[in-house]
Amino acid sequence: MTEWLTVALPKGRLGEKVYGLFAQAGFPCEGVLSDTRQLIFDNEALRVRYFWAKPSDVSIYVEQGAADIGVAGKDILLEYRPDVYELMDLNTGRCRMAVAAPEGAWLDPERTLRVATKFSRIAKDYYAGLGREIEIIHLNGSIEIAPLLKLSDVIVDIVETGTTLRENHLEVIDVVAQISARLIANKAAYAFKRARIGSLMSALEGKL
Amino acid sequence: MNIPDQILKPEERILFSLRALYGRYGYTPYRMRKFETYDLYAGNKDFLSSEQIIAFSDTDGTLLALKPDVTLSIVRSGRDAPGEVQKVYYQENVYRPSRQGQGYREILQTGVECIGALDEYCLSEVLEMAAESLRTIAPRAVLHISHMGLVRRLTRLAGLGEADERRAVAALSARSAHELAAVCRDAGSTPEAADCLRRLIDLPEDLPRALDALEALPCAEEAAVLRRVTDALRDTPDYGMLTLDVSTVNDLGYYNGLVFRGYVADVPERVIAGGQYDPLLPKLGRRGGAVGFAVYLDALERQQQGTGRLDADVLLVYPEGTPAARVAQAARRLRADGLAVCAQKTVPDKLRVERIERLEESGVDARD
Repeated sequence: MTEWLTVALPKGRLGEKVYGLFAQAGFPCEGVLSDTRQLIFDNEALRVRYFWAKPSDVSIYVEQGAADIGVAGKDILLEYRPDVYELMDLNTGRCRMAVAAPEGAWLDPERTLRVATKFSRIAKDYYAGLGREIEIIHLNGSIEIAPLLKLSDVIVDIVETGTTLRENHLEVIDVVAQISARLIANKAAYAFKRARIGSLMSALEGKL
Repeated sequence: MNIPDQILKPEERILFSLRALYGRYGYTPYRMRKFETYDLYAGNKDFLSSEQIIAFSDTDGTLLALKPDVTLSIVRSGRDAPGEVQKVYYQENVYRPSRQGQGYREILQTGVECIGALDEYCLSEVLEMAAESLRTIAPRAVLHISHMGLVRRLTRLAGLGEADERRAVAALSARSAHELAAVCRDAGSTPEAADCLRRLIDLPEDLPRALDALEALPCAEEAAVLRRVTDALRDTPDYGMLTLDVSTVNDLGYYNGLVFRGYVADVPERVIAGGQYDPLLPKLGRRGGAVGFAVYLDALERQQQGTGRLDADVLLVYPEGTPAARVAQAARRLRADGLAVCAQKTVPDKLRVERIERLEESGVDARD
């Protein structure tokens, strides 16, 4: 009998869009998009199970084997480095991880750069690669305020359209990484369910 | 003394079985002390899964460490003899940070090391022992194999420098064709060389077909080694669990040949990891080659969760003031029937037993 395939989806618009791709690829499940308090959705006939998770938690569910596969942003994978397979770029949820500074700011290369971000590891790695001394100021939200209030010199954050930056008189001065949604898999689950996951990937390739 | 199976916890049963298995291959037990000098690990941090080590000063000021690894100690303590191979197994506690970053953990680890005048028989023997270990742990298992030499050869062919090679290894490890393509694009690799690397990710699951596909790539030497080593297992039940999977990669600085990683059903992470690590030997004053693997018994905890074991078969409840001889006699009578008995004056909250027997003051026993 076919084994169950458990899929962790990120809550929100991105997850809903990705579920649409999965359903079109032959892995539909009734109720996944319904407005309900139900947490887990099973399609007994296809033996596929979906659940919604906070986007930053999807990789944890997959790494720990609670889900066989899932969809996570590249930003989460770069920041938390879960030990998972990153099987596909789903080419959706595209944005940039960027460094932004106040418009026209001059950043003294001889001074330690103060960087506000919620992606401390990404920022640390990026500046280590440049050989630049930095001080990380870890924030959990409203990162754009930091340089305006002189809490930091720059920010490292996700930039989609750039509107928020422009409204706050900030500008992108460097792009750290291109971000998009990725299909990830638990390594042990992949070892035992390779054919099923492979057929999903083949079907998804035709939909992207 | 025969120890009944039900007395042993699953991990203890596995541990004893593995000890017997390694003994059958002529591997001898290696014992080591709990502490090692810190410099052994400080000089070989890349070989360790984590750079974080519990260090402390001995009474004479020597900096010591609670061992995070066993292989380094085995390599350092052994002596070379021409033509000989040191074959040992170990069962030791190691001390490492938890992978979730929540402090250090004491982890029971077992494994084998084969060091010295290594040949392809040694590689196939260790691979067979790894496969047998997996089958000891669970009936459904997969052993992924690869060769670090082929990764190096194809990354060089693609013109990747050290930093890009690291990125390529990370992309292979994640089975990430799109990231691998980006590395090759950034490095200006030729489309042919990039395609060779790309095809490593798409090798067929079936081992003979995968080896055929690998032999068509410009890494025939490594493919031939893998074929000869795995052919030695062809007539065993272990052959069917072998899969060529190039996401099985280790540090290129230390691992140079065969590498492998084993999974069992219902355990969400690798339970066995190993490979050929010749480059470590000269760093520790040894000659020849080395191959070995570790079995991560802590990974099995998840599989064994919820396999409810009872604390005893019978709870024997006796009233306050009952003569000791009478309680002892009643307990002995039950034990003589092969039952595990816990005698208490009351019913403990969390004790899990099959049944309760009460020793009544009147002398009449009652059962719940």
